Amino acid sequence: MREEPRAPSLLRPVAAPWTRARLVAARSAGSVVWQRLRRNHSAVVGLGILATFATCGVLAPLLAPYDPYASDLEKSLAPPSPAHWLGMDELGRDILSRILYGARVSMVIGTIAVGIGVAVGVPVGLLSGYFGGWADLITQRAIDVLLAFPSTVLAILMVVILGVGLVNVMVAVGVVSVPTYARLVRAQVLSLKEQEFVEAARALGAGTARIVFRHILPNTVAVLIVQTTLQVASAILSAAALGFLGLGVQQPTAEWGAMLSTARQYIQLAPHTLLFPGLAIMLTVLGFNLLGDGLRDALDPRLRV
Amino acid sequence: MEGAGGHRPPLIREGPVGRYILKRLLLAIPVLFGVSVVVFAAIRLIPGDPAQIMAGQAATREVVEEIRTALGLDRPIPVQYLYFLRNALRGDLGRSLFNGAPVVEELAQRFPRTVRLALASMLVAAAIGIPAGIVAATHRLSWVDTFVMILALAGVSIPVFWLGLNLILVFSVRLGWLPAFGHETWRHLVLPAVTLGTASAAVVARMTRSAMLEVLSQEYVRTARAKGVPEGRVIRRHALRNALIPVVTILGLQLGTLLSGAVLTETVFAWPGVGRLLVDAVLARDYPIVQGTILLIATTFVVLNMLVDVLYAFLDPRIRYA
Repeated sequence: MREEPRAPSLLRPVAAPWTRARLVAARSAGSVVWQRLRRNHSAVVGLGILATFATCGVLAPLLAPYDPYASDLEKSLAPPSPAHWLGMDELGRDILSRILYGARVSMVIGTIAVGIGVAVGVPVGLLSGYFGGWADLITQRAIDVLLAFPSTVLAILMVVILGVGLVNVMVAVGVVSVPTYARLVRAQVLSLKEQEFVEAARALGAGTARIVFRHILPNTVAVLIVQTTLQVASAILSAAALGFLGLGVQQPTAEWGAMLSTARQYIQLAPHTLLFPGLAIMLTVLGFNLLGDGLRDALDPRLRV
Repeated sequence: MEGAGGHRPPLIREGPVGRYILKRLLLAIPVLFGVSVVVFAAIRLIPGDPAQIMAGQAATREVVEEIRTALGLDRPIPVQYLYFLRNALRGDLGRSLFNGAPVVEELAQRFPRTVRLALASMLVAAAIGIPAGIVAATHRLSWVDTFVMILALAGVSIPVFWLGLNLILVFSVRLGWLPAFGHETWRHLVLPAVTLGTASAAVVARMTRSAMLEVLSQEYVRTARAKGVPEGRVIRRHALRNALIPVVTILGLQLGTLLSGAVLTETVFAWPGVGRLLVDAVLARDYPIVQGTILLIATTFVVLNMLVDVLYAFLDPRIRYA
């Protein structure tokens, strides 16, 4: 196995087969990041918030005190009480249970939507940045066009085409994040491909695929992780916004944005129906933003704003 | 949510300012062309007969056929696009399916209200964001700095529609200080503008802080201090002026976030602008209005981004000559 020059990055390109030296290098890079992250208070708080919501989402069936869809019209809009900590909604459903199930919906939407953005945006950015030329020109102009629509408007346009519903919301919000990834990766590739370690790899006879996937892509990982964390935050906000507008996940699904959409009508009668779903959205988004900022500091202090 | 404006094409860094502006103007043309193609294609991507979609489900066969001929929907797709473009350039975006009013008239009536809301929100963003950023930077790593930065993070994390509803709950329902709906007087503008401006204020505060910190570490600031210039003057005259260049850019780019947020804010406050028009039209499947509104918002966004780039070139000679 020929030893190739290493990239000057915290997250080194870790290529299989895993030589002992590489394994150690990878492990130490990971542990360095983890140590820096642990020292970063806001990242720890963010991680704590997210761990709580993720646990709520995963264990919702066990944690929820009531069935989130069981309605008891006699208790419609009942304020918080010992039996129903966060009160009841307009159909007499337990708000706490609905928020716990809503954590599941929001987390799934956020991750899958951003997954779509990564799956499309990263390859586009890699190809566009590495090969340049016509392919680059055309994809970049296409991305300019996508960026010409404010994000909510683009998401709404996607919903107009696709229709409402859980899956379509994920696709709509995912499409909105594609340009971000394509631009980010392209910019990274443009600067990385000029660096000496890439040149050295090429001089050693590495092919295009090897250079792109073993040398360039691994060096964009740090930036991608940071961006993805922040992107999940905005995906959750966008999905909740669509739900609120009645263009996202539809009732009776326990989705935070859709819950706010109905709660809005009872703003005078039952402000508690408004308070808690919004708080849940805000805390989750805050968690991702805190973690994203912390990761940025931990992975690459040069990126600190 | 993050405005799309943060990821503009790279600025062209050459030539005198006139040539630069010309290039930037020319760059906007293919984008606007692309926008028109996307908006045109969107309606045709909806499953079903485009003529029936544009005429509404309740329309009679005659009306559907009339629309088919008027929009050239019996012609090949590229020809249809040319029809669409020609009509749009003539200011004909069709008629609303519900009240039959020309889409352009509807937009002309509502657009100034959205502009008023966006400008008021920008004012809020600048008035809160810039001083907060300066205070945070000049008190770096103190509790003031931490507090401002936590608030800023909360500001970008709060769902704009939820913030609006809470403001209505407190200031309209409970305290009765400000109206929740309507658009006639400045009092009607306060709550929507604060709602919409908050996220941008947070972004501006973060940007101002980092720009100030960078400028404050420059040699010329040290020189000014060494000369004995009072600290207040160093901050105002030496640091702030240079730090404001990126802040102005961010503020301009926030207009995208504001247009995005306007859709939500206008819905919460029943503000009769183009954002609410879009949402209502989507819910009512009034596709001519949907098409016109999206075309208007995207065009405004492209033009604004272009103006910000040009303004930036005027403010910072490095962009032109570097």
